[in-house]
Amino acid sequence: MAFSKNQSEVDEGLKGELAKKGVVVTTINQLYNWGRQSSIWPMQFGLACCAIEMIATACARYDIARFGAELFRPSPRQSDLMIVAGTVTKKMAPQVVRLYNQMAEPKYVITMGACSIAGGPFIDGYNVLRGIDRYIPIDVHLPGCPPRPEALLYGLMELQKKIQSQEIETTEWYQKGMKREYPVPDFGPHGLVPKFNPEVWQPRELDHRKDKYGEPILIGRKTKAPDLDAPLATPPVAQPPKPQTA
Amino acid sequence: MMEKMFEVQDPVNHDTQTLQVNIGPQHPSTHGVFRMNVVLDGETVVSLKPVMGYLHRNHEQIAENISYTASMPYTDRLDYFNSMSNNFAWALAVEKLANLDVPERAQYIRVIMAELTRLVNHVSVIGFLLNDLGAFFTPVLYAFREREKILDIFEEVSGARMMCNFLRFGGIKRDLPAGTLERIKEVIQNFPKFLDEFETLLTKNEILCMRCQNVGVLPAELAVNASITGPMLRASGVNYDVRKADKYSIYDRFDFKIPLGQTGDVYDRYYCRVLEMRESLKILQQALRDIPVTGEIISKKMAPFVKAPRNFKPPVGEAYGRVEAPKGELGFYVVSDGTPQPWRYHVRAPSLINLTILEDLCIGHKVADAIVILGSIDIVLGEVDH
Ligand code: SF4
Repeated sequence: MAFSKNQSEVDEGLKGELAKKGVVVTTINQLYNWGRQSSIWPMQFGLACCAIEMIATACARYDIARFGAELFRPSPRQSDLMIVAGTVTKKMAPQVVRLYNQMAEPKYVITMGACSIAGGPFIDGYNVLRGIDRYIPIDVHLPGCPPRPEALLYGLMELQKKIQSQEIETTEWYQKGMKREYPVPDFGPHGLVPKFNPEVWQPRELDHRKDKYGEPILIGRKTKAPDLDAPLATPPVAQPPKPQTA
Repeated sequence: MMEKMFEVQDPVNHDTQTLQVNIGPQHPSTHGVFRMNVVLDGETVVSLKPVMGYLHRNHEQIAENISYTASMPYTDRLDYFNSMSNNFAWALAVEKLANLDVPERAQYIRVIMAELTRLVNHVSVIGFLLNDLGAFFTPVLYAFREREKILDIFEEVSGARMMCNFLRFGGIKRDLPAGTLERIKEVIQNFPKFLDEFETLLTKNEILCMRCQNVGVLPAELAVNASITGPMLRASGVNYDVRKADKYSIYDRFDFKIPLGQTGDVYDRYYCRVLEMRESLKILQQALRDIPVTGEIISKKMAPFVKAPRNFKPPVGEAYGRVEAPKGELGFYVVSDGTPQPWRYHVRAPSLINLTILEDLCIGHKVADAIVILGSIDIVLGEVDH
């Protein structure tokens, strides 16, 4: 990912000279983003196996505190970052969206592990959501099953880059009327209703992004799970047996 | 005015209302996505209904549609702390079904890995139990420091830290790399030192004793009737360990004891786990002493299926393989109809069955104790909901 860095327009040489005299020249954006990126508070929220690697990242060996993100908050109201660590089942998805809605702006999401990106090893199952990005926008996808703690740190650094590239004037959460709340899906008898949120995700056939970037390349075996979300077909009516022709 | 406010008309039979609280599914002390529907009278638990299924990943349905070997990585994800012992149970079930023998060296490596897993599990569980008691994260830091050392060994032998996928039917996937046994020896030598340190901090700690002793007492009779297994059953004083009762694999060759509790409270469960780790270390030392230097690692019958696992078709029949997983008796029941996929596949998940008596343990205790009791049961939601 390439993010345009918020650079101050002061000449680098002049900056260096001033720094020797103890004067720091920066922009408000840079300073503000530096503060934000070095104190990301993640939500203490584990879903499955990947959560254990998330805890391992917080522990002594990998020590997420080096990146200022060691303060795992149990409440969504106090956290900036949601690490969706693990399988999102259809029963759990409404809760995840609700937690996202409860987080205060600015908020970021990292999906950790193949499961939360696309269903992972359990994609063929009837109860696993094929990616939480159908309901909420995601900032960083971290593949792996589970991703190593180093990978989570890398994801965090990518997120820091993204934060560094944001500007106070143009960011979404300072705009008037900005409300980033997404409708919570219902867990009905035939899976989740609606099946996805068209604001953040579109199925491949409807996705306009394919005009711009071309068809996505699909690899791997094509598997088909039973479509539980389909409306129930009317039961076949028994036909009278055909008269036998002699 | 103030006096009136604190005046209680009838201090014995004063009117109280019950309050219904949902703990979870996102809650730091529920060990994952688990919901407890608690009815409280003041702070006392009146009734508690566990709500599960937030992590139901249709493990059994998937396993019935794929080949036998392909189920192996899915068993890793059942109880994600102990992938090796989950592999072990599934391998035992299919070996019984297909009547396979396991070479000597592979047997030893399996036992070594299963016992290392037990260390990982118990040490982390004690850390999390302390977390629930309010010693936030410090014991976990100690526990995970040791866990990392053992995970390094897993990574060395299997290539993955958590999801090892290391065992195969009739043996193991690959032989140990050179020098691994020495490193395992080193870890085992240093482990008692860590356990002593852990115990000096915890075992006689006054707060720990007061919070844990006589909390969540599980009588032996109830434990047997509810088919509780594992350290929880043994903390109640019932001498039952599948390693001794079933003597699967080569456990009959080792000399180890089964620690038993007396009262069956949270403290006994904690201390049983500590003692079990010490016994595991004994098994590991004996296994490392006796392991043959070289040898086959997979049985001759299975050799053609190493490269083509989908051709593996066990004969028609049924089998039940079980191991003493760190959480309790983990069993796989499998029915074969002679095709490459199992016809029926069932998991006896110890966490799920141990969780069923949560309400009996919690009623009458304070809500803070309910969380400690849940921590002492030692559940992993991947296995509860499978
Ligand atoms: S990606 Fe793998 S490790 Fe992570 S939750 Fe899914 S199955 Fe578990």
